[in-house]
Amino acid sequence: MEILVLGPGCKKCCDTERLVREVVEETGVDATVAKIADLQQIVRMGVFATPAVAVDGKVKCVGKVPSKADVASWLVG
Amino acid sequence: MTASCCAKSAEVMLPACSGGSNAGRLTNQAAVELTREGFGALFCLAGNEGGLSGFVESAQDVHRVVFDGCPVGCAKAIVARAAITPAISVVVTDPGIDKIKDSCLSFDADAFDTVKRAACDGVPSGRAGFPFPCSGESRA
Repeated sequence: MEILVLGPGCKKCCDTERLVREVVEETGVDATVAKIADLQQIVRMGVFATPAVAVDGKVKCVGKVPSKADVASWLVG
Repeated sequence: MTASCCAKSAEVMLPACSGGSNAGRLTNQAAVELTREGFGALFCLAGNEGGLSGFVESAQDVHRVVFDGCPVGCAKAIVARAAITPAISVVVTDPGIDKIKDSCLSFDADAFDTVKRAACDGVPSGRAGFPFPCSGESRA
């Protein structure tokens, strides 16, 4: 599973990345987490606001820090 | 391209039918001009219709002004398929502007202003902005 955290790098983006890594560790899901800060790449995914999270190429949330429960549901749901 | 971090969501999204008539072209030009003026953000309706997740998720929780050239309402229907209700639906022919399917695809300034005004009238003040600022590239 490939998880992308999209965002230039402010507190919300960092919080989102940290949260995603926490959930991956807690659930034991086999996943890689990458942070994408390049706006061209972000825009190419159709994302209009950050932070955003994509799982295996599918954007799951845009413009907010997701809840831990949301992230868990994307990984194990 | 530059942007502040985080790139805040545009509070007004502007999907337009951009259809094959003068009225359709007017919707696109109105959405482009309103984006340039900072009223909202031109939105990719094709991405939404294609079910591309980035576009679909980006269209949630924002104010939407949906432009259609005629009462057939293609743009409104596409937005509705994504279970999104337009905050405002602007139909070019409603105020009496004729839809003409010819090779000119032209519209006059009065029609253009009428459509822009219809969009602005229904949106509360203070809602504006494109998430990523102009890169400085030339305008088409």
